[in-house]
Amino acid sequence: MTKLLTSRRSLLKSSAAAAGAIGMPSLVRAADAARPIRIGLLAPLTGVIAAGGKELVEGFQMYWEQVGMMAGTRKVEIVIEDDASNPDTALQKARRLVEQANVDFLFGNILANTGLAVANYVKNTGTPYFIPVIAADDLTQRTRIPNVIRVAGYTASQTAHPLGDWAYKQGYRHVATISQDYTFGHEQCGGFAQVFTEAGGKIVQQFWHPLNTSDFSSYLGQLVTAGADAIFAMETGADSTRFIQQYASFGLKGRIPLLGSMNATDQSVIRTMGADAEGIISCAHFAEGSTDPVTVKFVADYEKRYQKLPSIYGFSHYSGAMWVDEALGKIRGNVEDRALFLKTVLATELVGSPLGKTVKLDAYGNPVYDVMVRKVVKRPDGKLWNEPFETYPQVSQFWKYDPETYMKQPPYSRTFQGIKA
Amino acid sequence: MIRILSPVLIGIAALAPLVLPTYFVSVATQILIFAVLAMAVDLLAGFTGRTPLCHGAIFGTSAYVTIYAASVVGWPIGLAMLTGILAATCLAMVFGLLAVRTSGVYFLLLTLALGLIVWGVCLRWTEITGGENGLRAQLREDLGLSTRQLYVAVLVTVLCATAAMWRLVRSPFGLTMRGIKEGEGRMASLGYDVTLHLLIAFTASGFFAGVAGALYAVFNDFASPSIVQLSSSVQGLLMAIVGGVGTLFGGFVGAFVIIAMEQTVSAFTERWPTVLGLTFILMMIFAPEGVVGKARLLLKR
Amino acid sequence: MFQLLNGMTFAALLFVVASGFTLIFGLLRIVNLAHGALYLFGGYVGFTVGGIAGSFVVAAISAMIFVAAAGLVLDRGVLRLVRGGELRQVMLTLGVAFVLNDAGLVIWGGDTLTVPTPEALQGAVVIGSLFYPKFRLFVLAMGIAVFAGLWLLLNKTRLGALIRAGVDDREMVEACGINIKRVFLVTFMLGSALAGLGGVLGGTFLALYPGADAEILVFSLAVVIIGGRGSLVGAATGALLIGLLNTFGQVWFPQLAYFVIFGPMAALLAFRPLGLFGKEA
Repeated sequence: MTKLLTSRRSLLKSSAAAAGAIGMPSLVRAADAARPIRIGLLAPLTGVIAAGGKELVEGFQMYWEQVGMMAGTRKVEIVIEDDASNPDTALQKARRLVEQANVDFLFGNILANTGLAVANYVKNTGTPYFIPVIAADDLTQRTRIPNVIRVAGYTASQTAHPLGDWAYKQGYRHVATISQDYTFGHEQCGGFAQVFTEAGGKIVQQFWHPLNTSDFSSYLGQLVTAGADAIFAMETGADSTRFIQQYASFGLKGRIPLLGSMNATDQSVIRTMGADAEGIISCAHFAEGSTDPVTVKFVADYEKRYQKLPSIYGFSHYSGAMWVDEALGKIRGNVEDRALFLKTVLATELVGSPLGKTVKLDAYGNPVYDVMVRKVVKRPDGKLWNEPFETYPQVSQFWKYDPETYMKQPPYSRTFQGIKA
Repeated sequence: MIRILSPVLIGIAALAPLVLPTYFVSVATQILIFAVLAMAVDLLAGFTGRTPLCHGAIFGTSAYVTIYAASVVGWPIGLAMLTGILAATCLAMVFGLLAVRTSGVYFLLLTLALGLIVWGVCLRWTEITGGENGLRAQLREDLGLSTRQLYVAVLVTVLCATAAMWRLVRSPFGLTMRGIKEGEGRMASLGYDVTLHLLIAFTASGFFAGVAGALYAVFNDFASPSIVQLSSSVQGLLMAIVGGVGTLFGGFVGAFVIIAMEQTVSAFTERWPTVLGLTFILMMIFAPEGVVGKARLLLKR
Repeated sequence: MFQLLNGMTFAALLFVVASGFTLIFGLLRIVNLAHGALYLFGGYVGFTVGGIAGSFVVAAISAMIFVAAAGLVLDRGVLRLVRGGELRQVMLTLGVAFVLNDAGLVIWGGDTLTVPTPEALQGAVVIGSLFYPKFRLFVLAMGIAVFAGLWLLLNKTRLGALIRAGVDDREMVEACGINIKRVFLVTFMLGSALAGLGGVLGGTFLALYPGADAEILVFSLAVVIIGGRGSLVGAATGALLIGLLNTFGQVWFPQLAYFVIFGPMAALLAFRPLGLFGKEA
């Protein structure tokens, strides 16, 4: 059975290629229309980030259901696999989706290590792979893989750059950073530190703690005495919850202003939190508390459907799906022609996404956004959300630097933070 | 009858993946690699009576070193793999020196603690290990092996490793190991250096775990802390137990059962951890001697 | 001083969890790898009950009862079937841990949850220039209370005498005609209840999420390994040591965070396999 499917598929592929070559696209479409487009969605449904994985699937499905599970004239089939928040499993499931389920392209993953493992695999198979959440800078910079595109995604340092600028403009001159000790954290802190120090600020101290640090008390003790005007915290998931709570319980809240990475105050974190999280400032391209009518409608729809406010995982996969659908519409669903498909996605401008603004990709496959400065506030019904109050227009992953020059500096790491002395 | 049939069946099973779709070839490759890991665990658990919970760390160390040597240092892949295996063997020797004087639950706990150190190092020594994200390479591409060719290469290596382990447990040394398992005091009073024997057994076991790790590095093209963490050690031990502790070849059965089950179950439900847990529980209650062990018992009847 | 308090309050939590672990290990010879899962379940139950009842005390008590009941089921329903085989039991509890964690994920959804802090313990105490959260001091007090309670139980009651005798020589107790099975069961439930209590305490200041079980389990293992099987004083010493190593390790050797904990533990085990206060079985 499987064998049969495979041969049928390769037949279709070769006929598509042949038809493309002699310029008879209409014939191909007639044959292809019978076969649905298959999308492989990799999501962590178990393991540490299971809650985020569930939202990823929800956002993705919500979009496709809204458009009737159709992309152009072709039906869409979604094959979901659990990556178990583990890169080995992610790779195995990616193999299964590509080699066994014969999906046309892959979507998803949350944790950087799972995304990097899958990207390393599709490098050889050429399968298009869309990563709305995987933020590792170099995937769209120094070690770019042409078939890996960050639709509706962002690089780690992308939104940290403007925050560094904003912090300086607030009059902060001495900032201490605390971050989870892994690439995602190094990159966000680096982005913040580079822009902040180049403006003239000083990074007084940087703390790197292991992922899943249960007790932050020893770091908090050192943060108090670091002599900082403000603290930049790069945290995700449970670490973020704990950090923010302990920050408050040790009485730092109100004494030293807290700036967060975009994920530190994401809905996935603050929806279970109370007053501790109020007032934290962060920068992001998405803010669920925005007053833009398109955003308001999306947030209301999402809340109605899933009884919770959308997190970055749900939002990004909703918009990512929209982006790819838009591109598929332009090429009338001809996903078999990978080169054309990828080229079209890169050239597609996303109109009508929940952001309420048109978004396009830069030449490296990463979106350029209007980045908002947001603050966590309480809604009248008591729920916390991020309300934007200032905008940095058209922020690319390279901030204001020239891409070529920027990529000549080493990638951000624990030892290289772009700090200007 | 069984003696004639089984080699034929094994031959068919070994060659069958060559006509299957590539995905199943990948799964079969993975089964072979984990079978070696499970047998390495069995060398200790089944033949010396010391159950280790650190083999994931040894296996993972080999994979890390292989990838690092090949992709960062730029050594040829064969040399990189040998270095990985050597590193695993040395690590096992150090672990052995610390652990062999303990036994039972304490041995289990000590090896667990040692494995956690390796995990901590891989996670935190970011400059070398890439931290949480791990290291990536393109070994498969560099070797120019297709999925099927890689399967054959792994199959040959695995068969060699299996033969070597088989010789080892059948040798006078292997008999001494069993003697130690049955009665340590008696062997000591007979003049055997129990500690030295255990140390050698531990090191040998680490060597084979290293072989599996080096193969895994080529198979997966990356190494991350998830392969050195506790759950990886647990997986190796679980496969050895499911197959049957002390049967050696049970490793193949265990690896096959667990991986095949994961493949099947995850197609129907996301609750694989529950299924795995229940399997574990039922196995321990009803068939602690494992599939091969149970089959042997039933055949004897 | 500040960091010392941090180390000690964390140690107090570790002690509450690990004392249950060491009791079970000491008497029943079971390394209960589901202990972390019981901790997490206790926390989750405390979260739910606390949300409904609005009382921290009710939350803590119901979590303890619930987890003790889970311990009852675990001991009577499952572990009874594999009495004797040490390794079989260890592996079996690991299977139980998988199932419990997955069930927790299904029931509570995997978001990071926090047991609400009781009103009286919110905020911080100011001692001179020192600013310290009340709840953490409460955890420290709880740790001391649990230690005192267990010490009295073990040293001043008949049950305690039986448990102590059982840790030292199980056969002897049985030979005296005492129904050791009942002692086993009570100990298992008590140990589980302590995990549940730990879950509520930890769930308040360290939060609950998938994976919290494994973290606390690893810490408890370290505590018990250092302290020695079945020893209350050992568990207290081990908890203090690990708590302080964890805190000061983060301050002094931030890059070696895990090594600082597991390194000394492995070294100790290699030279004193039974731990600081462990006795030959």
